[in-house]
Amino acid sequence: MGFINYLINGISLGSVYAIIALGYTMVYGIAKMLNFAHGDVIMIGSYVVFVTVSTMGFPPLAGILVAVLACTLLGMTIERIAYKPLRGASPLAVLITAIGVSYLLQNVALLIFGADTKSFTSVVTIPAIKLADGQMTITGETIVTILTCIIIMLGLTTFINKSKSGQAMLAVSEDRGAATLMGINVNGTIALTFAIGSALAAIAGVLLCSAYPSLTPYTGSMPGIKAFVAAVFGGIGSIPGAFIGGILLGVIEILSKAYISSQMSDAIVFSVLIIVLLVKPTGILGKKINEKV
Amino acid sequence: MKSNAKRKIFINNMITYGIVAAAYIIMQVLVGTGHVSSLLKGLLVPFCIYVIMAVSLNLTVGILGELSLGHAGFMCVGAFAGALFSKCMKGSINPTLSLVIAIVIGAAAAAVFGMLIGIPVLRLRGDYLAIVTLAFGEIIKNLVNAIYLGRDSSGFHISFKDSMSLKLEEGGEILIKGAQGITGTPQAATFTIGVILVLITLFIVMNLVHSRTGRAIMAIRDNRIAAESIGINITKYKLLAFSISAGLAGVAGVLYAHNLTTLTAQPKNFGYNMSIMILVYVVLGGIGSIRGSVIATVILYLLPEMLRGLSNYRMLMYAIVLILAMLFNSAPQFVTMRERIMDRFGRKDKKPAKEAA
Amino acid sequence: MALLEVKNLSIAFGGLKAVDNFQISIDKGQLYGLIGPNGAGKTTVFNLLTGVYKPDAGSIELNGINVTGRKTTEINQSGIARTFQNIRLFKDLSVLDNVKAGLHNQYRYSTAAGIFRLPRYYKTEKKMDEKAMELLKVFGLDEECDYKASNLPYGKQRKLEIARALATKPKLLLLDEPAAGMNPNETAELMDTIRFVRDNFDMTILLIEHDMKLVSGICEELTVLNFGQVLCQGPTSSVLHNPEVVKAYLGE
Repeated sequence: MGFINYLINGISLGSVYAIIALGYTMVYGIAKMLNFAHGDVIMIGSYVVFVTVSTMGFPPLAGILVAVLACTLLGMTIERIAYKPLRGASPLAVLITAIGVSYLLQNVALLIFGADTKSFTSVVTIPAIKLADGQMTITGETIVTILTCIIIMLGLTTFINKSKSGQAMLAVSEDRGAATLMGINVNGTIALTFAIGSALAAIAGVLLCSAYPSLTPYTGSMPGIKAFVAAVFGGIGSIPGAFIGGILLGVIEILSKAYISSQMSDAIVFSVLIIVLLVKPTGILGKKINEKV
Repeated sequence: MKSNAKRKIFINNMITYGIVAAAYIIMQVLVGTGHVSSLLKGLLVPFCIYVIMAVSLNLTVGILGELSLGHAGFMCVGAFAGALFSKCMKGSINPTLSLVIAIVIGAAAAAVFGMLIGIPVLRLRGDYLAIVTLAFGEIIKNLVNAIYLGRDSSGFHISFKDSMSLKLEEGGEILIKGAQGITGTPQAATFTIGVILVLITLFIVMNLVHSRTGRAIMAIRDNRIAAESIGINITKYKLLAFSISAGLAGVAGVLYAHNLTTLTAQPKNFGYNMSIMILVYVVLGGIGSIRGSVIATVILYLLPEMLRGLSNYRMLMYAIVLILAMLFNSAPQFVTMRERIMDRFGRKDKKPAKEAA
Repeated sequence: MALLEVKNLSIAFGGLKAVDNFQISIDKGQLYGLIGPNGAGKTTVFNLLTGVYKPDAGSIELNGINVTGRKTTEINQSGIARTFQNIRLFKDLSVLDNVKAGLHNQYRYSTAAGIFRLPRYYKTEKKMDEKAMELLKVFGLDEECDYKASNLPYGKQRKLEIARALATKPKLLLLDEPAAGMNPNETAELMDTIRFVRDNFDMTILLIEHDMKLVSGICEELTVLNFGQVLCQGPTSSVLHNPEVVKAYLGE
């Protein structure tokens, strides 16, 4: 029983990682950059919900909507101001700028909200389910998180494969030059990518803080790194890969915390990543790129 | 037509050494005449530590051309190896001599880790290599926090659970106490020693770059396939660069450990945040520019302190400065604007080769 | 004994036979040409000869020694050097350093000697400088020795690549489309340079080319490749007049 409980919790945490990882992988695949600030957009989303729901008394769904809108705008603004000018510069320059944006978001939050831990009120109103004669409890947060992740995955895959904008995204990720020549609005497509990624980040933030209710300006940092690891693990640039990577990472983390050691869980998660990459150097679903000689 | 490169390189290197030496002399004078706040005095050894970290990271990122996000992990290995030695030897030998030996031990330990980690890691593609180095950095930090090491008359005891499992006798000494790290490390680090280490690091890295080995490493960076085609052993030179880089980070770690009384492995000193901070110094100083790393580190480490006046807003300012600096440095429009301005000031000769300054 | 003896060389990429039963025999000192329409597999042959790909079948012998399937670095040290279709210079190194990199295995000293500037460093570097400048002079690149390699004009970059390959003291030099992108004057100059290299460096040269003026001007023998297979082999003039060859190039 304990194992199943941990497994479900792991899938739930993994769902959050998956949603975050989707944002990383989409931006990487389409804009060809590692958006290091992604984890901090999550944190901003959580704070927006905190302010609107806990402080201003909005109903939860309204608060979430405001957060999603805010993060979408934030993501698009960051892209326009900090990343777009650097298109064509070395990837390292873009990475460092992203780091700068990350510091910026953390310190803005620090200034506005202070470093003290805020207690986040969960937005989930569904009660927990008790199974197996009360031996196993699945919290409402867990259910909502997993369901949300599945819905997002299905929605995103449909969007990419069926819609015109989605197809445009695929085209830009394959060959930006050719896409421009085909008349695809590359700027708009990239902006849309950041918008979707940031919206997802807001949702991930809300779900994360509903399940683990402490919020500080640094809350987004480690989940951001882990989601990045998950995206690479699953094969960076691959949407199903981000999903698998995220879920697996969450499961491994929770199981490690439960059965081995709470302090070593991070080390174990990272070790698994390394072993996978040694066997499959481009990640589980990653594409092998052959250099032409 | 003879090559002027050798002379230019020599002059460039001398300028770099000169800047460090001049900074040292100026600081010593200011400290001697009491013009330096205790705050700034406390920053002198850290300057040296982070300059060594930046220069050694530049060897991997700028000269070898591989993105490493786990450099702090090697600093951690060196710090703990060196501190362990010093704590064991405390009281039995001269603290400065203990520091020197600790440095050698720390550098060697870190270099060995560099080799071990490099073997699997260096064959991965760029982005994957970056995340794996980050992962290793975190693993090292985690592992060090889980070590309990004690010593008594029957020798050393190690445990990964807690101090009780060490089963030490009466009078036994706990050397490493898990997450509480190593306490009682001798504070033997001084600014003078720090500057000497900086100069040694510069000597090693700059001489390495301008040698046959350095050419091989940069050839691998510039075009791996072409380097193979002229008979350069890729794995050997990648590992060499990575290990030397790691070893020097270990030296910085030992210096760090001997600047405190208690050494613990936390996210803020040995985690990815530290690795990233060093990377920022390296990139802003100019990838491949050794002198740039020195200058950028000092300025960027000093900047938050200088902005102390703005108190709460200083880290925000720092972040904005960082973003603006990157934009002006690397955004294609600004680069062409800069080049046009340079042309107008009449650069007659075609650009000479980019030597690591 | 031929310098290069290749028999039955084949490789397939996922079902597509890129090179099929390739054979060639090149004598020492020859100027040999490998020609064929685009996509015929010529560069793939070079990649097989230099160990970039491992062949599925066949053998490669250099001076009687079997080098089939060996690694690229080993093959270079055995005596084969090459240039690339898309120039692969060390862009951020100087012109001189590009050639000195090529001298890596000819003049050695340890890493420690380099770091601690032992006398061996100074002596060896001096010899490398002299040798490298010698090579650069042959190609008329000595004036630009301190320029960044990427700042050279295209034609000179190609020459630098050849100089770097020569620095590795090969027995066989493979040139992949050395005249690509050159105007007639540059091509004529290149023809003289290639002949000079063959005559003065004791060199055997196999080149891939599309420029027929260069091919007919300097190549003594040709092999024509089409769809990965050898279409025709022999002295240049007879190959070029072979109706099959003409058909392959110009179509029906």
